[in-house]
Amino acid sequence: MGFFFEVLIGGLLSGVLYALVALGFVLIYKASGVFNFAQGAMVFFAALTFVGFREVLPGWTGLEADGNFVFWLAFVLALASMVVLGILTEKIVLRPLVNQPHITLFMATIGLTFLIEGIAQGIWGANVRGLDLGIADEPVEWIMESADILVSKFDLFAATIAGALVASLALFFQYTKVGRALRAVADDHQAALSIGIPLQHIWAIVWAVAGFVALVAGLIWGARSGVQFALTFTALKALPVLILGGFTSVPGAIVGGLIIGASEKLAEVFIGPFVGGGIEGWFPYVLALAFLLVRPEGLFGERHIDRV
Amino acid sequence: MLYREAGQFKASYQEDQQIFPIRQDKLGFIAILGFFFVVLPLIASEYWLQAILIPVLIFSLAAIGLNILTGYAGQLSLGSAAFMAVGAFGAYNFILRIDGMPFIVALLLGGLCAAAVGVAFGLPSLRIKGFYLAVATLAAQFFIVWALVKFPWFSNNSSSGVITAQHVEILGFAFDTPVLKYLLTLAIVAVLALVAKNLVRSTTGRGWMAVRDMDVAAEVIGIRPMRAKLTAFAVSSFYCGVAGALYAYTYLGTVEPEGFNLDLSFKILFMIIIGGVGSIMGSFLGAAFIVLLPIFLNVAMHALFAGSMPAGLGSNLELIIFGGLIIFFLIVEPHGLARLWQIGKEKMRLWPFPH
Repeated sequence: MGFFFEVLIGGLLSGVLYALVALGFVLIYKASGVFNFAQGAMVFFAALTFVGFREVLPGWTGLEADGNFVFWLAFVLALASMVVLGILTEKIVLRPLVNQPHITLFMATIGLTFLIEGIAQGIWGANVRGLDLGIADEPVEWIMESADILVSKFDLFAATIAGALVASLALFFQYTKVGRALRAVADDHQAALSIGIPLQHIWAIVWAVAGFVALVAGLIWGARSGVQFALTFTALKALPVLILGGFTSVPGAIVGGLIIGASEKLAEVFIGPFVGGGIEGWFPYVLALAFLLVRPEGLFGERHIDRV
Repeated sequence: MLYREAGQFKASYQEDQQIFPIRQDKLGFIAILGFFFVVLPLIASEYWLQAILIPVLIFSLAAIGLNILTGYAGQLSLGSAAFMAVGAFGAYNFILRIDGMPFIVALLLGGLCAAAVGVAFGLPSLRIKGFYLAVATLAAQFFIVWALVKFPWFSNNSSSGVITAQHVEILGFAFDTPVLKYLLTLAIVAVLALVAKNLVRSTTGRGWMAVRDMDVAAEVIGIRPMRAKLTAFAVSSFYCGVAGALYAYTYLGTVEPEGFNLDLSFKILFMIIIGGVGSIMGSFLGAAFIVLLPIFLNVAMHALFAGSMPAGLGSNLELIIFGGLIIFFLIVEPHGLARLWQIGKEKMRLWPFPH
């Protein structure tokens, strides 16, 4: 039984990481109706930019390489790059494509994916880099002693960060003026426009916030598995989470992430051996698909109403 | 001046319903066919035939398949490469396991296998719409590739699922040179494209378009959405399957399941977007564009920087240009190359007196 819980908890915690990526998708989809396939590339870009700045900053400024200051400076610079990227995306890619069908916008974000990948690797090079956030990937001792279950400190840290991020986003959406405007835009573009909400500002803000989420996700994923091209595939991990949770729901992304993470790991360990293993790649999709047959709009998605 | 339909009257329904109602179009099309069937095999080098023309034709077929599903029936799919894989492995197994199986029959049977799998994965489309469906078709993409690698029966117990296509032989005649392979591919693609063109003009095709435009309204006027969607999935997967089999038999010769990955699916999706969603002609233009672009970029960059360029930069630059071009195209002409073609024809009609 201990083993079962270990797998379960490990799955839940990796689900948190999926949820972090899915969150970026949800934000953009909610506000602008764009299914942003480039989110994975943004995660990669953010992590690579952060690591890159951390490498070059000591040389430029003469600060010591491991200092806290360099860490935060790199973080701020990476964040600034993500904000610039978000605003540029809005200005160059999305604005000319307003009112185009969803599939066109979706395709544009796939093009954007290539563009961002190329730019990121063009600037910082394609080598795999380690990323050390100062939290060891080792089991928490008291849980190991009291319950005999291995839970990684790092995973717990990641879960805390994700929780804090979601809570602050929820507060931001609920209580600030910009947040209210965001929700209005998500609800109805035209109505929002007609009461004087600057639509394009809002979109730029949303892309910037999604960039911030991508940066956090990129740091955690990067610390886990190294900053490398494979980070872009996090987008593929996030898709089943999205359809399970619903494209338009922030809590849906979190709950979906937990469900996908846990069931994926459990399936790999307990069902995998019977069919030859390696089912992690498709199991989440099939699970999400089966789920959709019961609830076509996902767990928390908005119900789709057809008007003729 | 040359391109005028003045004086060409249609006196019967049959004349009105032709694919090319204008004489100049018909002649132009015959000229193009003649060029591809007769002139090109005579003048094109082996490299051109094997590395450019054959893949363009095969991808055109796959793009037609996806266009039927996405462009005509409105069901976004990201699993076309997996259906190609089913076709390739299906045809391989039919030829391998049944003695004296004719190539064309195996090709069609491979396509039918893909169609069956496509219908199975298309079933969710009855309830799921839009992007949810797109993600659902990803399930097909990952599951099929995984199954082909995991179960060695499909690849006759070869390691990691690699299959080597048997020699292509029809009625004792071996298709072994690039020219012959090209002609075979061209003939199959031409026939299937004609079938597709007629299919989308038929009741079935109009049903697809009605479902695409609004499925509730289509249901109200008496089109069965289930039938329309599932036939779209079946026909689309059939086309992808045949394209996959050709991909294995006339293009690469040796394929592995991992070769039919998500990237290939995206590539086919790009083809229909660039070429034109909902256009058979566009499928050809898009396939040619996507196959030729990387080759062109490669050549152009080698010519520009001639060896002085660091190794990594080239591929990154290629990514940047590719991504940038896609965005550029979508912004400038969201309806694709097929629309540009049409605009060009309109201009031609009025030329040289546009007022």
